[in-house]
Amino acid sequence: MAEVSCRKVVKEYDGGVQAVKGIDLEIADHEFVVLVGPSGCGKSTTLRMIAGLEEISGGEIWIGGDIVNDVPPRDRDIAMVFQNYALYPHMSVFDNMAFGLKLRKFPKDEIKRRVDEAARILDIVPLLERKPRALSGGQRQRVAMGRAIVRNPKVFLFDEPLSNLDAKLRVQMRTEIKKVHQTVRTTTVYVTHDQVEAMTLADRVVVMNGGIIEQVGSPQELYHNPATRFVAGFIGSPAMNFLPCRVQDGRNGGLALRVTDKITLPVPPDRQDRYGKYKGREMVLGIRPEHLFEYHEQGKPNWTRVDLPVDVVEPMGMETMVHFFVDGAPVCARVDPATHAEPGEMLPLTADLNQMHLMEPDTGRVV
Amino acid sequence: MADGTSVPVGVMQASRPAAARRSSMRRFAGRRSTMGFLLALPLILLVAGFVIYPAFYAIYLSMLNKKMTSFVGLGNFAFLLKRNTFQLVIFQSCLFAITAVVMKALLGFILAHLMHNIPGKNQRIWRGLLLVPWVIPLALSTLTWWWMFDPSYSAFNWILNQFGFANVPWLGVGWIARFCTIAVNVWYGTPFFMIMYLAALKSVPEQLYEAAAIDGANAVQKLFFVTLPMMRNIIAITVLFSLITTFADFDIVRILTAGGPQDMTHVFATYAFQVGIQSGDIPLGASVSLFMFPILAIAAFFVLRGVTRRTKEIAT
Repeated sequence: MAEVSCRKVVKEYDGGVQAVKGIDLEIADHEFVVLVGPSGCGKSTTLRMIAGLEEISGGEIWIGGDIVNDVPPRDRDIAMVFQNYALYPHMSVFDNMAFGLKLRKFPKDEIKRRVDEAARILDIVPLLERKPRALSGGQRQRVAMGRAIVRNPKVFLFDEPLSNLDAKLRVQMRTEIKKVHQTVRTTTVYVTHDQVEAMTLADRVVVMNGGIIEQVGSPQELYHNPATRFVAGFIGSPAMNFLPCRVQDGRNGGLALRVTDKITLPVPPDRQDRYGKYKGREMVLGIRPEHLFEYHEQGKPNWTRVDLPVDVVEPMGMETMVHFFVDGAPVCARVDPATHAEPGEMLPLTADLNQMHLMEPDTGRVV
Repeated sequence: MADGTSVPVGVMQASRPAAARRSSMRRFAGRRSTMGFLLALPLILLVAGFVIYPAFYAIYLSMLNKKMTSFVGLGNFAFLLKRNTFQLVIFQSCLFAITAVVMKALLGFILAHLMHNIPGKNQRIWRGLLLVPWVIPLALSTLTWWWMFDPSYSAFNWILNQFGFANVPWLGVGWIARFCTIAVNVWYGTPFFMIMYLAALKSVPEQLYEAAAIDGANAVQKLFFVTLPMMRNIIAITVLFSLITTFADFDIVRILTAGGPQDMTHVFATYAFQVGIQSGDIPLGASVSLFMFPILAIAAFFVLRGVTRRTKEIAT
């Protein structure tokens, strides 16, 4: 097991297109790090550079204290689980899992012991003699993981391993992956575009966008303290609401955010100093749907009531998502399922502004 | 019955089965299987007329005496097996076909790999150039080769002379002539293998190579553990196909050596032509041409069975 380090890593393709623009990332031993971001953000390229499947155009990659820029994949002591499993179709499950060990000339009894052990962990013992064709998607994914586990490598690399599974199996396999990591404790780098996967699996999440790292942090940190508008919008489901606003003087000498002519929200007292220097400037207010809910008379005294016309109602059982438009900007609120909300009707809402974020419109930086 | 629309009982009885027959005919014609059969019928008739009938007629001919007046059973085959010339023809045909197919498969595989690693546009150019031997009519290209092997005007001999070597009678000495016929067949057939293997190489998922690289495989191990197993079906089918066509090869030997010198380059087809057409013993010629049929048919059966099994095995 080992730590992984990316230092000023660049990937430039022919024609000058930069997929990764000089990223720095330190991954500790035993850590489970998830690279997350939209398609084309450079997360898979970064993973493939760590694996040695893509050449590095600039910078350094270190694995276990050694620089591996020019080390071929087979000598990096890593194992990778691919999106399409990449199982050898002509080999049995046992042979698929044993292949790496056979190439490394492990003794036969040691190979059998390791494969049996991995198969037991992954609950695929009855499948060992089958060919990949005779396996379901979930079973294939387990075999792919087994192939990685038996090698006992320094680092596990996962490239969107659950993308080809249906929603139910994905949740199940997510738990399996977490369990496996808790058992073997191997340093893991996991790539996904699914922020729920990222949040549930990671010790730390790396949010990438346009070839750069937007923010690195624990799932909670990213959720509560996003550094940029991109991270704020990417992490959390449904996505955070963004409303243009102006910072101005409020009542009792405090600050307020003017969203529309009719909607002005008071800035919480503990944020007055932080937002004071932005007075008079156009900013972007960010508030998550879960912090925007139906107004109650018995609510906290500083919660401002805002009446908005309901556009769409999405009942989801334990909660109901209600969509509105505020000056043309789409807004989503999460309300109690017992709340009566009908499209076209006015619904009184309020926001927990202690959870709000204020961003610069030009840089997207959260202030 | 009194309204004038009634039908006599006898007429009704006769028209009901006719209507039922029409309806069942309509049902029969409307079935998918019937429609499929009708659409395939022209091809079935073509195959029956140009393949099945000649094949059975050849079998029938091979069992007649020289004058084609009496049935001799397998007598022609027994007669052929006793003749030294025919034993030589069997040896040469096997040598010609097996050596040529192995060489074509090997060169085709190497060329396909080289081609596979040439980037985009250049690959298309090279692919087009390397397909030229396969595209030129064989009789025409073999005539060109015949010129190049000519003892007096040979391009090869001219090159040898430039380096101070003596002339080589390319088509005049047994083993050299055998080598020449095989070489021309390899030259002609390699592009077919190359294009088939190139297609097979392109169909191997790149992720398998990446997985093998991470598993610790070097280039040779990737070839043996990923490429070859994934290409086994294409290799089997191309080798089988080529073996059949090479065993049946006529043009190259006929044009280059006409079976000589001293029958040392005859293959089944040229010998069958000599015996059947030139010497007028059509039943014996038919026997020669049919000699390899059972062996190749059994080989084809096992190869195709293996292909079907592996296809099921690796299909996702």
